[in-house]
Amino acid sequence: MAAYALRRLGQGVFVLALMSLLVFVGVYAIGNPIELLVNPEADDAERLRAAHALGLDKPLLVQYGLFLLHAAKGDLGRSFVYNIPAIQLILQRLPATLELALASTVIAILIGIPLGLVAGLKPDSWIGRSIMAGSIMGFSLPTFWVGLVLIMVFSVHLGWLPPNGRGQTVSLLGVPVSFLTLDGLRHLAMPAVNLALLQLSLLVRLTRAGTREAILQDYVKFARAKGIPMRRVVGVHVLKNILIPIVTVTGLELGSVIAFAIVTESIFAWPGTGKLLIDSINQLDRPVIVAYLLVIVTIFVVINFVVDLLYSLLDPRVRLGSAPAC
Amino acid sequence: MSAVLEVDGLRTHFFTRAGVVKAVDDVGFTLERGKVLGLVGESGSGKSMTGYSIMGLVDEPGRIVSGSIRLEGAELTRLDAEGWRRLRGNRIAMIFQDPMMTLNPVLRIDTQMMEAVLAHQAVSRAAARNRCREALAWVGIASPEERLRAYPHQFSGGMRQRIAIAIALLNRPAVVIADEPTTALDVTIQGQILAEMQRLCRESGAALIWITHDLSVVAGLADRVCVMYAGRIVESGPVDDILDAPLHPYTRGLLDSIPARNVPGRPLAQIPGMAPAPIALGEGCAFRDRCSRAAEACAVSPPVSSPAASRTLRCLRPLA
Amino acid sequence: MRVATARPALAAQRPERAQSPWRRLAAEFAASRLALAALAVLAALAIVAIAAPWIAPQNPYDLAQLDVLDSTLPPGAHSAAGKAYWLGTDDQGRDMLSAILFGLRISLTVGVASTVAALALGIALGLAAAYFGGWLDAAIMRVADIQLSFPAILIALILLAALGQGVGKIIVALVTVQWAYYARTVRSAALVERQKEYIEAARALELPQSRIVIGHLLPNCLPPLIVVATVQVAHAISLEATLSFLGLGLPITEPSLGLLIANGFQYLLSGKYWISFYPGLALLATIMAINLVADQLRDILNPRLKR
Repeated sequence: MAAYALRRLGQGVFVLALMSLLVFVGVYAIGNPIELLVNPEADDAERLRAAHALGLDKPLLVQYGLFLLHAAKGDLGRSFVYNIPAIQLILQRLPATLELALASTVIAILIGIPLGLVAGLKPDSWIGRSIMAGSIMGFSLPTFWVGLVLIMVFSVHLGWLPPNGRGQTVSLLGVPVSFLTLDGLRHLAMPAVNLALLQLSLLVRLTRAGTREAILQDYVKFARAKGIPMRRVVGVHVLKNILIPIVTVTGLELGSVIAFAIVTESIFAWPGTGKLLIDSINQLDRPVIVAYLLVIVTIFVVINFVVDLLYSLLDPRVRLGSAPAC
Repeated sequence: MSAVLEVDGLRTHFFTRAGVVKAVDDVGFTLERGKVLGLVGESGSGKSMTGYSIMGLVDEPGRIVSGSIRLEGAELTRLDAEGWRRLRGNRIAMIFQDPMMTLNPVLRIDTQMMEAVLAHQAVSRAAARNRCREALAWVGIASPEERLRAYPHQFSGGMRQRIAIAIALLNRPAVVIADEPTTALDVTIQGQILAEMQRLCRESGAALIWITHDLSVVAGLADRVCVMYAGRIVESGPVDDILDAPLHPYTRGLLDSIPARNVPGRPLAQIPGMAPAPIALGEGCAFRDRCSRAAEACAVSPPVSSPAASRTLRCLRPLA
Repeated sequence: MRVATARPALAAQRPERAQSPWRRLAAEFAASRLALAALAVLAALAIVAIAAPWIAPQNPYDLAQLDVLDSTLPPGAHSAAGKAYWLGTDDQGRDMLSAILFGLRISLTVGVASTVAALALGIALGLAAAYFGGWLDAAIMRVADIQLSFPAILIALILLAALGQGVGKIIVALVTVQWAYYARTVRSAALVERQKEYIEAARALELPQSRIVIGHLLPNCLPPLIVVATVQVAHAISLEATLSFLGLGLPITEPSLGLLIANGFQYLLSGKYWISFYPGLALLATIMAINLVADQLRDILNPRLKR
């Protein structure tokens, strides 16, 4: 088990290193890094100073080393637009994105799994079929279009929910969160539902497929032969088996959710890292882009690693290894 | 009479898009308390489906069309879902063929055993756990307390089957249906499991239906044998009578095909052709296309006759 | 010798009709009315999109045809000349219906073109990886795995940020994002098929490698590919729409449905919903139809659900 964990950790570090290399090559080695990293309105004297400070007169390998050193210290350049360290900007906005991502994941799980179970148990009934049709609609609808419709209905037409921004925040363990205030919840509702839709559809389909396969298995027949009530057969026997792939996929999809939050944040003007990225791309604020990439990759690597660990914990066959004692 | 299970005229049909499959077609037998019945037939003969029908585990698109199943006097075919549930694992239990898949791989052994007790009896969890531990010891598993906390994949095939047997016998059922429980196991383990089952059923007083395709297994174990072909029982009787003096050509064919019975040097005997697909069964004896004794008369379905005491036969041209 | 065991019930008794696998596929597909309806809708959309230059009431890119006085008219309104704007107009006075038709054309073109290109690339790499094995296999799969562990939208965003706008660049981004799915699918299927005897037989006959791979291995890897490709067309269309919506996709001179929706976004809060809503409906219909078709294909090609 420890060996497995170490190996996965090693792989994660490898990916991180690879990504840093790609970013370095993309920014420093190709094209003129001065252009990329210094404010385009700087004059020549400033550029010279920057070039020296960035060590651009040194050999490439040393530059890469410096880059890594700076990155490790958290120094990824200053934002042109906001004139504060890029990493600080990203970290300021990260809680908002994470809150959104987690809220939508919770919604997706709470609604998706029960719906998927029902659809899997009665695949040919009208309710099973409607759930499936609904799930197809769910991931056919482009996220941004759903956001549009939500705003149309709930903000313009009904006036119940605010169409943009984040509500009132309170500090939880030093991190500002908005779901603990009513105003915050009102602002969180639409973006979270919007983002949840994709995950929801995926979960419904995954749960349904898993349930349909699980129901055919011998252990279900055996459980029924023991006289176990169907409620328990589904709720314990089937659920525990399908939970493993579901947790794995949900965990891995969390990265996707954080990425898709880019779209949701743009529509609802949610002050997270996604919106920051789009704005930065449009404003050519490249240090922020670099910082975003590195932070996101780190998050992904961490998520993948945690999910792997979780998987091995949940599946006793992986956790304990096969050691049949005769 | 001490008949614990009486099956009469059981018909289980599957209504598929391609047609009606008569998996079980007019099956009847009687099982005495504490006795062992061998249900023998090849794949597709309907023997497993008979077991499922008695357990009420037939799922769509199949269902029991007609017939009666009486367990300790109570008619089962009229039961609703809850009635069946109360019976299963309680008064009738079933053991399946593949021990790899019958136990849920992600649940612990104690969970899977205790739920079988708790589903039918209002006892405390501690009491249920004790019972399970005793059951494991009874089926010959060493250090039962440790084993309770283990997971199925940590056991060998033989051990898993013993656990399944222990679960089946937890609530002291009147009837145990064993559906080819040794087919997936090594030959040496087979013998052990057979002996165990014999002992356990004797000790608990449960009657046993042993479903198998292997006549030689039944020889040492069963009191009575029913031979099934294409959904029907073609011959039944006390095991020694059937093995020594079979009346149905199919039974004779089965016996002759057993390699151990062949004289070395002579070509192995076989029944020509293949068993018919259950969907294609029409009128008449299902075996007639492969029977060396078939005649014109066999185009009519043979009725059940009783050629001797406690023997039944479905053949118009028997061997004796 | 044992008595010959019986064949599983139904299949044996079907009459021996030489049915080509395509026929069978079509028959099983048609079993779902929903899927058939979806296929019909898809065909209709495709025809309409192809015929857009001829059937659209107006060419929305011909500035001479636009009358800015007609801007943001609601659906059903009429222009000064008496022309009917069935779905209203946008802020430039463009007829929404025409804009949608042309937009559909671009969306479908980009989606299908990128999928086909990605298919070709993915199949080539996947087959090579499976057939030749060794370090080539490891290298290709490692790249694919790393790429697949990142969300498509992120990769596409970064690529487009670096490459700029344009139809070609969007297709490049979409192909980059998609090829790994095909490569992986083909490789898994090919690895299974490679062990089978007909490949050994072909090898024994000393057939040229390319012939073995293309003529024998590939056709048998097709079923999972068909499913993945169909779903991916929908993904590609959706992704392109999203990218265009974010302002990073197609340029304003060739608006796809995504860009149309983006254009109309600012008018949403003032109640002029039709500028975004109807292109959105068209997009939705397209994607849903494709997904429904893909769903049915997956159900009938999935061996594990066949009892």
